[in-house]
Amino acid sequence: MEFFVFGCAALMILVGAVGVITRSHPVHAALSLVLTLFGVAVLFVAQEAHFLAAVQVIVYAGAIVVLFLFVIMLLGVDRVENLRTEPLTAQRPLAVIVSLGLIGILVAAFTTGSGALHERGEGINIPDLSTGTDANTTQLAESIFSKYVVAFEVTSVLLVVAVVGTVLLSRRIKSVEVETSK
Amino acid sequence: MIALDELLVDNLLWAPLLIVLLKVVVVFIVGLLATMLMVWFERKAIAGMQNRIGPNKTGPFGILQTLADGIKLFFKEDLIPNRSDRFVFALAPFLSFVPAFLAFAIIPLGGDFRNGNGGEVTWFGHVTKVQLADPPIGVLFALAISSIAVYGIMLAGWSSGSKYPLIGSVRASAQMVSYEAALGLSLASVLLVAGTLSTSGIVAAQTTITQWNVISTGFIPFIIFLIAATAELNRPPFDLVEAEQELVGGFNTEYSSIRFALFYLAEFMNTVTMSALIVTLFFGGPQPIAFGNFVLDIPLLPNALEGTFWLLAKVLVFLYIYIWFRATLPRLRYDQLMDLGWKVLIPGSLGWFMLLASQRLARQNDWNIFIITGSSVVVMVACYLLLQAAFSKSAREREIQGSMF
Repeated sequence: MEFFVFGCAALMILVGAVGVITRSHPVHAALSLVLTLFGVAVLFVAQEAHFLAAVQVIVYAGAIVVLFLFVIMLLGVDRVENLRTEPLTAQRPLAVIVSLGLIGILVAAFTTGSGALHERGEGINIPDLSTGTDANTTQLAESIFSKYVVAFEVTSVLLVVAVVGTVLLSRRIKSVEVETSK
Repeated sequence: MIALDELLVDNLLWAPLLIVLLKVVVVFIVGLLATMLMVWFERKAIAGMQNRIGPNKTGPFGILQTLADGIKLFFKEDLIPNRSDRFVFALAPFLSFVPAFLAFAIIPLGGDFRNGNGGEVTWFGHVTKVQLADPPIGVLFALAISSIAVYGIMLAGWSSGSKYPLIGSVRASAQMVSYEAALGLSLASVLLVAGTLSTSGIVAAQTTITQWNVISTGFIPFIIFLIAATAELNRPPFDLVEAEQELVGGFNTEYSSIRFALFYLAEFMNTVTMSALIVTLFFGGPQPIAFGNFVLDIPLLPNALEGTFWLLAKVLVFLYIYIWFRATLPRLRYDQLMDLGWKVLIPGSLGWFMLLASQRLARQNDWNIFIITGSSVVVMVACYLLLQAAFSKSAREREIQGSMF
């Protein structure tokens, strides 16, 4: 049963991921991304990480990709851009190097970490999920709001700074124009 | 391990599997029937409010009108516009129809919640709950589904390849994303009081009327939730998505036959689900009306069936309220809609949530509740004044400089 669920979710993720790259239409690519995100959510549920699954769907599929689509719709996708012309010529060789490096790091991490996962030894402390239906949420809340509260708050400050900065940058031009016209 | 129903946890037997399958089928049929009756109910009630008769030819009181319309729509020609994106155009109705049904799965539809029973009933020797799934994340599932529902409308408008549907769907997605924040924040107050995410747990905590979350969270979250839910459903007065006077018919202008019917079904199904969710969260779901030790018990009915009756009665009230909204309130302008969402509902629900949280902390630590409440109110008033100052300053500047957007 578990293998079957994993197989379906993995298929969803792979089909979605390949779709994001191969589909030339931005909306179709965004929809493929949604498929991938759903696959990841299914995997989270299969690992009993219900809260993460819900948040994955709410935040990524429900908000971020919706914003992608929103931007695509507002800007319009009718303008055909030639993908052959490259604004940054170093982009493609760099992408190859970076992706190869990423694969290398992931493979290295898995080969060194696989022993720890297999033995369930001291390295990974597997939390007890049998304490009730909300154990998942409780444990997450405890680590976010006690152990990692500073990192959490700093991240939220970062987001606010980003939002305020964006508004400031996008409004500035207009006010400068007004000042010069006076 | 992966099962959302406790029946499926241990070794798989035929009886539990059949019970779960039966539940799936029953929930699906109940959903379809409820939608059908809701369409009829809305047409009939609104006709009454506008001094008309409404559907009265098909069946007693015209109750089969929806069925007749549905059969007719099945046999209509299915038009696909030339400039449409065929795949997405065909996909969109299902993207809005499926989430509408999925959300219904977590609503407790009955069962005995009295005396700490937790809504469990025994069917064929197996203990189960009268709800399709009771996932640990409960209410978050409903939020996730409502955030998925936006895809159907959005993609429908875009893939039609024509401008009015596109405008409608851009409006819809902006509106739904904005009001989802208020929806989630007002829900957080309920979760604070209930202390659990699971829907059956939330219902089980609301035994008497004073424990109903509408009272124990102090009305404000309920009002915000009701408004945000109406906006999330794109129902009047927030139906800018399909403002007939401006957009022909909104996102579904280019749709015909059964594809259109799916959107229509999803809309009414969502209304039913949202009413049931409001009842579950704020009005004790299948719990009977009870004051202290006095329980308004219906004689002769077993308690588990009675739960279904109470749920039905409470949901009907909210369905009527939604129809009432539609008949009474004029549509909001787009900027009014956004102002209400971002400047009133989100700060309001956030402030109320902080107030509830501070009171809870005070009660846990035995602080003086009046001082805590007083100081939180002072902080909230200060925040409100700051917010108002910011709004008036930005309004003044916009008048001088002209708005960028």
